[in-house]
Amino acid sequence: MKHLFGIAELSAERIRHLLSISASMQGINRRSIKKAPALRGKTVINLFFENSTRTRTSFEIAGKRLSADVINISASTSATKKGESLLDTGQTLAAMQPHALVIRHSLAGCCHFLADFLPHTSIINAGDGAHEHPTQVLTDLLTIEQALGTTITGKVMTMVGDIAHSRVARSHLLAAQKLGYHIRLVAPKTLLPVQVERFGCSVSHDFDEAIEGSDIVYMLRVQNERLASACCFPSVREYHETYGLHRQRLARAGDHCLVMHPGPMNRGVEIATDVADSLQSRVLEQVENGVAVRMAVLTECIMHRDAAAAEAAENEDEDDED
Amino acid sequence: MKIDLLIQHGRLIDPASAVDEIADVWIHDGRIAGTGCFSGKAKRTIDARGMIVCPGLIDMHVHLREPGQEWKEDIASGSKAAVAGGVTRVCCMPNTQPCLDHAGVLAQLAARNQAVGLVHLHPIAAVSKGLKGTELTEMRELAAAGAVAFSDDGKPIWHAGVMRKALEYASSFGFLVIQHAEEPTLTAGGAINEGWVSTQMGVPGMPAEGEDSIIARDIMLTRLTDARYHVAHISTAGAVAQVRAAQQQGLKVSAEAAPHHFALTEEEVLGYRSDAKMSPPLRTEADRQAVIEGLRDGTIAVIATDHAPHHEDDKRCGLECAAFGIVGLETMLPVSLMLVREKVLSLSELIAKMTVNPARLLNLAAGRLAKGDIADVCVFDPDEQWTLDRNRLYSKSRNTPWHGKTMQGRVRHTITAGKLVFSLPEAS
Amino acid sequence: MPEIIFDDQQVRKSLKRMAKAMADDEVYLVGIRRGGSRLANALQKRLRKQGVTVWRGDLDISFYRDDLEQTSLHPVVHSSELTEDISGRHIWLVDDVLFTGRTIRAALDELFDYGRPASVSLAVLIDRGGRELPIQPDLVGLQYTAPEDALIDLHIEKDHEGKSRWRVTQRAR
Ligand SMILES: [Zn+2]
Repeated sequence: MKHLFGIAELSAERIRHLLSISASMQGINRRSIKKAPALRGKTVINLFFENSTRTRTSFEIAGKRLSADVINISASTSATKKGESLLDTGQTLAAMQPHALVIRHSLAGCCHFLADFLPHTSIINAGDGAHEHPTQVLTDLLTIEQALGTTITGKVMTMVGDIAHSRVARSHLLAAQKLGYHIRLVAPKTLLPVQVERFGCSVSHDFDEAIEGSDIVYMLRVQNERLASACCFPSVREYHETYGLHRQRLARAGDHCLVMHPGPMNRGVEIATDVADSLQSRVLEQVENGVAVRMAVLTECIMHRDAAAAEAAENEDEDDED
Repeated sequence: MKIDLLIQHGRLIDPASAVDEIADVWIHDGRIAGTGCFSGKAKRTIDARGMIVCPGLIDMHVHLREPGQEWKEDIASGSKAAVAGGVTRVCCMPNTQPCLDHAGVLAQLAARNQAVGLVHLHPIAAVSKGLKGTELTEMRELAAAGAVAFSDDGKPIWHAGVMRKALEYASSFGFLVIQHAEEPTLTAGGAINEGWVSTQMGVPGMPAEGEDSIIARDIMLTRLTDARYHVAHISTAGAVAQVRAAQQQGLKVSAEAAPHHFALTEEEVLGYRSDAKMSPPLRTEADRQAVIEGLRDGTIAVIATDHAPHHEDDKRCGLECAAFGIVGLETMLPVSLMLVREKVLSLSELIAKMTVNPARLLNLAAGRLAKGDIADVCVFDPDEQWTLDRNRLYSKSRNTPWHGKTMQGRVRHTITAGKLVFSLPEAS
Repeated sequence: MPEIIFDDQQVRKSLKRMAKAMADDEVYLVGIRRGGSRLANALQKRLRKQGVTVWRGDLDISFYRDDLEQTSLHPVVHSSELTEDISGRHIWLVDDVLFTGRTIRAALDELFDYGRPASVSLAVLIDRGGRELPIQPDLVGLQYTAPEDALIDLHIEKDHEGKSRWRVTQRAR
């Protein structure tokens, strides 16, 4: 795997492989000296055109824990010139021959676009417009499966909020098809992209109804000022009433239901504070696991693992002496 | 006496004269001197055995970019691209800088074109001053300076009240109004067709209803004003159905389709390919089929390219930021020939949509090969297969989705007013 | 076709001998995945029979290898598990086959990222020679000089009666 553009390009086996490596990376993160030499001498550039302290820090820590040299670049860009500056900056940085370029940009498809011009660099998608955010979804999967103690296959995830502008939603919808979990989307039509049901998910406009029988409730961040002015909903008050997650609503799903959010949360908009801080919330584990997942992704991409390696799993005898 | 040019033994297809037979065509003093069986001497002879000989093609939707954006295209490069595609008459759209809203600009264009001397140039002048959509241009003076129709193409005439007045005024003098049908409040921010593809890609879409709603309104206004109204680059099933219904009611509504809209679908943009980005966007397979059906049953009388050259820099910046449009002059004929291979149209019907039909719509004495007509001729091999290389286009721009694709059908010779302006260089 | 160089009986005999040599009040065995872990389990069983308190840990050295770029990552990477603190302890590092010494080098690197042991000793079942680093075992079960390009593998399988059988084979690369 040279690049990570999105979940779209990954097979179910490849996702499983990344999760398994992520789990072993957790071991490194939990000991006192949190560093391994796997990426010694490798250079990773974090190129972020959008602010995201969380994802950028996560990639930075991941690279450093594997002994890579990590350079952070925050580039700002004007709306009209955003494509040009992406190419210029990308080419400039690639000339410095980093082993991996981690990119966050508001332009959907920015990784596909850059990869055409930078043939020698691994490109890792840290969120491209409303397209994909694969490392977030791998993080979610690791968190969910470890919290449930079982695989996610057959589980029901209710995802609520601004699906239309969410890259996390698209990546989950693709992962659900590959790993066999079911997604119920909940939002008003103004926040749903057209024909979204063709991802194989179900769609509801009634959160109270949809939350019943859910194993995971996944709340998406709502950019309230922008969406209200774009006529996507009338007010935060009505949005929170209709699509916010609060204690009584969560009770309909039961105590086993996990609460997740890709962050940063708008408390009092899509999620009430008591729910965000409850035992059912996995939000902080999501953040912690994000580092392990990004360590796995960096290792896989920089080491250019070919797909064959994952499939040619040796059939070693596991038996112990009895 | 020797005649100037003899085109021998070709299959002459001249839809306007209902001719489709093996015949010679001979040309003298810039005009057709005769068709049939030639016996005499010619200064120059083209052997057209196995070739189709037809009227020079007319492309009624071309962005030549001159004046103002000559790094993308100019009259010289655009004319070379045209004749390489068999096109002898180019209707250029008004969204230049300055725009074609003034007789003085048209006069300049005519002078420039005369100097280049490869094609006949027929400007389509602006409907509104500065393409601003508020005040009408001096249409009568523009028509006198050579404008063959009026449009604000590149943008729609959005304001319903202005559109009504434009239709009323233009139709008072029999002028045609051409609409780029797009409701900007529905398409704002969109880069590709809105649908399953845009949803998967996370790219803002432009719904088909953005095109359909403006056409619905315009058809009502056409009925109200008894005007002549033409839909540019029709792309949706809804639009084709509305135009068909309007024609059945006897309204003077016509439409053109661009080759990319009947040859390609929205899936062409998958992988974020900006060379498949244009406005209106590539649509769904159902829309493509509806456009083909519209061409078959005559609802869509004209094929026109919407040739829209853009510099590499304007395309090489990610799909969402890339400019709209593709070049089309050099691929119009080979791409359109697929309609004949798929038995949608006869060769004669296809040629009519690129010759006599646009000529009639624009009141041009052109698109026919009868004795005495201006000798605009296209000679092409309908079967030759070749690979399109965008680096070998005559256009200054390279923005085509067909790069590396196999084309079938190739222009061999183009004659404008009796002058051989293009011959395919012999393959090396 | 792999050739058997040591059979079940020979392996069992040397395991017994190794366990006897290791015996102390308490022993901390750290196996190198995967062969070394299996061997550590077998030694643990024998040590417990002698009344020794045994602590166990395992290392997966995937992320410490010096040839990470040339070889591909094993599709199943196990976590290293050292739940009991190693600081100040006497550690037996256990592996099945000792060859170039590079695996041991990586394991030592990783071990020290977990803490600072009082001492580290190396126990291997087979020393096949061919060292590329100054690393020597403190305890060897079986000495064998293999051709440089041979692959030496330790197997444990169940026979038809369900009894475990050890086997050491040699094959050409
Ligand atoms: Zn247009």
